[in-house]
Amino acid sequence: MSTTADAINAVKARFDVKVDEYRGEHRVVVPRDSLTAVMTLLRDVCAYDLLLDVTCVDYLNYRGATDRFGLVYLLANSTTAARLNIRVMLNEPELTVDSVVGLWEGANWMEREVWDMFGINFAGHPDLRRILMPDEFTAHPLRKDYPLQGRGERHNFPSITRDQA
Amino acid sequence: MSTTTTSRPTTTEQDYHWTLNFGPQHPATHTTLRLLLTLDGERVVDAIPDIGYLHSGFEKIGEHLDYNQYVTVTDRMNYISPMANNVAWHHAVENLLDIELTKRCQYIRVIISELARVSDHLLSTGAMGLDVGAFTFFLYAFYQRERIYDIFEALCGARFTNSYTRVGGVMHDMTPQVIEKIREFLRTFPSTLDDMERLLNRNRIFVDRTKGVGVLTKEEAISRSCSGPIARASGVARDLRKDEPYLSYEDFDFQVCCTTAGDCFARYFIRIEEIRESLKIIEQAIENLPSGPVNVGPDERAALPTKQQVYQTIEGTITHFELMMSNRGIEVPCEETYGAVEAPNGELGFYIVGDGSNVAYRARCRPPSYFHFAAFPHLIRGHTLSDVVAVLGSLNIIAAELDR
Repeated sequence: MSTTADAINAVKARFDVKVDEYRGEHRVVVPRDSLTAVMTLLRDVCAYDLLLDVTCVDYLNYRGATDRFGLVYLLANSTTAARLNIRVMLNEPELTVDSVVGLWEGANWMEREVWDMFGINFAGHPDLRRILMPDEFTAHPLRKDYPLQGRGERHNFPSITRDQA
Repeated sequence: MSTTTTSRPTTTEQDYHWTLNFGPQHPATHTTLRLLLTLDGERVVDAIPDIGYLHSGFEKIGEHLDYNQYVTVTDRMNYISPMANNVAWHHAVENLLDIELTKRCQYIRVIISELARVSDHLLSTGAMGLDVGAFTFFLYAFYQRERIYDIFEALCGARFTNSYTRVGGVMHDMTPQVIEKIREFLRTFPSTLDDMERLLNRNRIFVDRTKGVGVLTKEEAISRSCSGPIARASGVARDLRKDEPYLSYEDFDFQVCCTTAGDCFARYFIRIEEIRESLKIIEQAIENLPSGPVNVGPDERAALPTKQQVYQTIEGTITHFELMMSNRGIEVPCEETYGAVEAPNGELGFYIVGDGSNVAYRARCRPPSYFHFAAFPHLIRGHTLSDVVAVLGSLNIIAAELDR
């Protein structure tokens, strides 16, 4: 099984997914609960062995959007270079999805960044901490309801004087 | 940017393991990144990378700057090869907008991204040489980098932060002077490259410090999402220039360099070989540079038309006004795409969500260094403290790209 069409058919046969295409990019929207099963199938049977990126889009004010967050998993085959995008739609308050660190080691930092920036919780992640923002930070800055210039960050942090340091 | 560990060592272990804080300001990290090393004598037991010191919210800024303005921010991501980032960003934007570039523009972009690759590899191998004690090699590499900066300066006026590409084209066309400068570089650089290889390839100190250090197997490289020279040094024959030829890479004759050793020496070696392949591509592109316009025509409504078109044709005038007026601009579909190029460090991709306006709704950058640094603790475990700088240098970690 090598082509993208075969992989999509294999996923379609077993799971309740929505498939669409834009400019040669195939996107598969997967239900939240079957993410791990779909990813395992794609990695082990369909040879999508390379997880290129995990990221998220906040559709808060997006025209025609029905879901708040859309997770994006970019998969590729390391020999044939075929690509496939897996999407998982999430809505508040259930912002938890299974971690794929068990399948790809590289997902570790990607999921940490999504947690840091969007506040999506990855169940089963070995070390889910903030990665780019400091530990004391409370907000998730890439959410659309977070302003560009920040709010109140400066007095949220402890100030250290010269003789304390 | 957090330092708490999940598993605390027990008291007996703590008694003789000690912790070394490597960075955030250290000459061998080159940029601002921090490592918490747990040492047993000179052996590294564990390393905890701590990043975020240079986080400046580039992705958030990307949601507030339009498609042409954001190119200035991409310069500052991987600042040692800004041209490659410019090309990557506008490649992704044009992928979203469905714009077909002119052949001349594609060739110019190939030339500048390959020059950027040469300059990036010169810096990373040069700095790696410097870190393990090969100072002469570093000076050779930096002199040649200066010459590439001179080419870029003649091309677009800026040496460092070029911002050369535009949606549907480039800032301005290549002049004969630039072409002559590139030809001169191609004539003289290969002999220097031979000298540089002779300095290191059989150098006992360099080889002893890099061979067998920081080995990454093929399976691990795939599982840890490595790309570019790091993955190719481990035997993953994946190069976007061959696999999904963007721009016009299918026109050029070049090889994908690949080894199976996966150690620091292999990563150095791959980079030097890639410089040679890049020179081959530049030579073919510069000798076959197509004539014709460099930017897409006024009908595409993407690149600003020339002044002659604006003053003498009605299409040019309309396009100029459409692009200049604040509530008009480029027509963007409400769609999302991922566009990636083979940057010097690996696969550099942008996931762009368009919402019909001039500004991206989401501009995610896939920085290659991020994944390579995530694999660092795995590479360094069991090696000595002095190998930390060798492995860091071979991975070419750029903190501005890591933290964005």
